[in-house]
Amino acid sequence: MSDYTAKIKEISARLLKEEKVEMVIGFRKGTVPMMNEPCFVKTPEDIKKLVWDSNCGINLANYLTGRKEKIGIIAKGCDSRNIVTHIIENKIKREQLLIIGVPCKGMIDKNKIISMFENEINEVSENEENIIVKGEGFEKTLNKNDVLQENCKICIHRNPAIYDELAADLLDEQKDIDRYEDVRKIEAMAPEDKWKYFEDLLSPCIRCYACRNACPLCYCPTCFVDESKPQWVGKSIDPTDTRTFHFLRAYHCAGRCTDCGACERACPMGIKVRIFTKKLEKDCLELYGWEAGLSLDERPPLDTYRPDDPEDFIK
Amino acid sequence: MKYINIDKKSWASGLENLYENYRLFGPVKNNKHHVFKELSKGELPDLNYLNTLLSPKSIVFPQSETMFEYSLDESKEDHHILKEINKDYSPRALIGIRPCDAASFLLVKRNFDTPEYKDPYWLSAYEATIFIGLACSSPCSTCFCTSAGCGPFHEDGLDLLLVDEGKNFIAKILTPRGENFIKSAGWETEADPTAAEKIIKDMKIKAEEKIASFVSTDQLKNKSTTRLYDAPFWEEIAFACINCGTCTYACPTCWCFDIQDEVSKSSGLRMRNWDSCMFPLFTLHGTGYNPRNTKVQRVRQRFMHKLKYYVDKYSDGIQCVGCGRCIRLCPVNIDIRRVCDIMNNYGSRSRLET
Repeated sequence: MSDYTAKIKEISARLLKEEKVEMVIGFRKGTVPMMNEPCFVKTPEDIKKLVWDSNCGINLANYLTGRKEKIGIIAKGCDSRNIVTHIIENKIKREQLLIIGVPCKGMIDKNKIISMFENEINEVSENEENIIVKGEGFEKTLNKNDVLQENCKICIHRNPAIYDELAADLLDEQKDIDRYEDVRKIEAMAPEDKWKYFEDLLSPCIRCYACRNACPLCYCPTCFVDESKPQWVGKSIDPTDTRTFHFLRAYHCAGRCTDCGACERACPMGIKVRIFTKKLEKDCLELYGWEAGLSLDERPPLDTYRPDDPEDFIK
Repeated sequence: MKYINIDKKSWASGLENLYENYRLFGPVKNNKHHVFKELSKGELPDLNYLNTLLSPKSIVFPQSETMFEYSLDESKEDHHILKEINKDYSPRALIGIRPCDAASFLLVKRNFDTPEYKDPYWLSAYEATIFIGLACSSPCSTCFCTSAGCGPFHEDGLDLLLVDEGKNFIAKILTPRGENFIKSAGWETEADPTAAEKIIKDMKIKAEEKIASFVSTDQLKNKSTTRLYDAPFWEEIAFACINCGTCTYACPTCWCFDIQDEVSKSSGLRMRNWDSCMFPLFTLHGTGYNPRNTKVQRVRQRFMHKLKYYVDKYSDGIQCVGCGRCIRLCPVNIDIRRVCDIMNNYGSRSRLET
């Protein structure tokens, strides 16, 4: 990954020096293992703090919303697709951006790795294939592919969909991936089992909205859960209100979600919230042959109409 | 000071006895994490843990708490009258809380128990609770309790401190309530105070030596509030923040709540829910004006409250016990240790540390 970091620094330094951008948005090394912090750099001297490794799972498109500057942004496959969506939805202008594309080899699942060890992990390093985990009295080498975030394991758009610069050579995309095995399992459940599944899934939710706020799609000035005139959803941790929040949020992301996994990564309670957005992603693919964020030239299916749109649901 | 030896073989039977007089709460492993919950009869707390995912503040200050109920049905005589909800304030014991979390209850008490205002719900629950601490022999790398006015063997806020010696616990009785608890459990073997004190002291030194992270707070009080408020570093600190409520909900010392009415058909509940200064709604006025309308303002508020306003108001350190939960759980790795140091050193260095 050090070659990625070096290239990112080199490109960022050039863009800032040539005054092509006012800031570069990227990651700096985190203060705890397996975490990096989104940051901006504005001067060539600050470039040194930029890093790239398998802990850059937060979606940086989230940091573009409504910005006015000319920005260099580091974008892995999913980030780039959300940048496309942002541009289509008028949250940022293409001309404002110089996109430093990062062909992405996947991000590691911090929660999964933590759960593999009894003791606290003090240090995590990586090389091309392995993740080396160290703590007091133990050291273990894990195969990186075994500990990738779930969304990265099944990712079929690792290369950026849109870019001006590249931090590395494009990668071969993963082929023959079954993206929806988990969704089909739930679809096949009887209604009461499905309900129980959702209830158990969401029971730890503390309504902190980390999933929503980590999501680049959730940029509404006032989210429906925060509306008070009228108040659509109760604010307690009542299961009905919690469920309403999660279901509605997922529907708002239909045809826009790139399965970047930022929501799941952000959840402090470890809730697998992607299952909802994945179901809608699957529906959009099956109904409209649509995958979000691949092209600037096509409107997402839910904000456009075509005469041949499926209408089987009208009975 | 009185010390009791609790053989772990008699731990379960002692807890069994305690059910007669207390509702018991303790840490249990729930799927992936340790969480505090009420123990059902026969259920044992799992004391083999570093710290719980969230703090135990909800045992005294639930995330959602109903205060009143009312009816809007005008055919009823008592319609539109708020009626208090009966609650169970029978004695409860919070078993196995870490000293940092125990200290946090005293800190929060400053807000809920003032000469002017007394919060009946928080105080009733607090007074019903006895606090049984578990000394911390393996602090986490994110723990900075010793520089936040606390420590792994800190006793403030506790009625009893348990020190795990392997086959037994040494219980240090700190209050008469702690003594009643021990009696109620039937643990009677007194330990030699001098020996027990020595063991605890040695373990305490070892534990404190393991604390690897610190904050500097010595200059906070001297700093000008307005200079800190106007400092240029907030934009950089706040940049990554996504304004979720994770830090405030995980924090044992965050005490803010919001009051809501929930009406279904003709019956209503008035409840209070945890609130978070990270949310835009937190400061939204009825007029639609929001004095803290930007992320930078909200992030600044959180840190200024904990590390400056509180420091100035109470002259007793920061509004933080150093448990490190916000550091571990923040989705974007905003680290209070770094912010505290930046604030503490502001103006005394030529350039910001980044």
